[in-house]
Amino acid sequence: MSDLAARIKQVIEDEPVTLFMKGTPQFVMCGNSGRALEALRAAGAPVTAVDILPDPQIRQELSQLSGWPTIPQVFVGGELVGGADITQELSESGELEKLLAEKLGGGYRDAAEEHVVDVLGGTRA
Amino acid sequence: MRVVAAERLESLLRDAFPDASELRVDDRTGGGDHFQVTVASPRFEGLSLLDQHRLVNEALAEPLRDGTIHELRIKTRGTE
Repeated sequence: MSDLAARIKQVIEDEPVTLFMKGTPQFVMCGNSGRALEALRAAGAPVTAVDILPDPQIRQELSQLSGWPTIPQVFVGGELVGGADITQELSESGELEKLLAEKLGGGYRDAAEEHVVDVLGGTRA
Repeated sequence: MRVVAAERLESLLRDAFPDASELRVDDRTGGGDHFQVTVASPRFEGLSLLDQHRLVNEALAEPLRDGTIHELRIKTRGTE
């Protein structure tokens, strides 16, 4: 496994909720990434965002790891939830909140800050 | 070209879901690369949303890889 793949894997495993997206929560560069972010926010999720745009390699390695071809990708508790459509559907039906509570514990909303992680450099803002 | 891309997607989906009771490919922007696909098939019965979407992604693996599809929205359901 490449260093980059290892870092991506580590973020997925370490962060409660990871959103791989085009852009950042402050500067969303794609409608589908925005829909996934809004769905997570609506469920009160603590979102750790990874911008995949700085290096095409990020998306390649990610899709290889997850078996999911498109961006965005949402992970909760280390497991793939899906892309924008699934995240939105689950959020609207209330199932996303259930999943978050199940995986992260009932108080998950208390930690609902947004972070951005750079998998190329590994810094956290 | 625009019609061709949508038709190609629909034909790939028909091959993957020959028993679909509903199968639609909409070109969302008219630009031939932002698509909404809707599939209702008995193959989805008992599968999680994740696995349902995986089947659609697999059916469209080639146009997803070669850049035909810039953005894909998926709506799936069983037929029961």
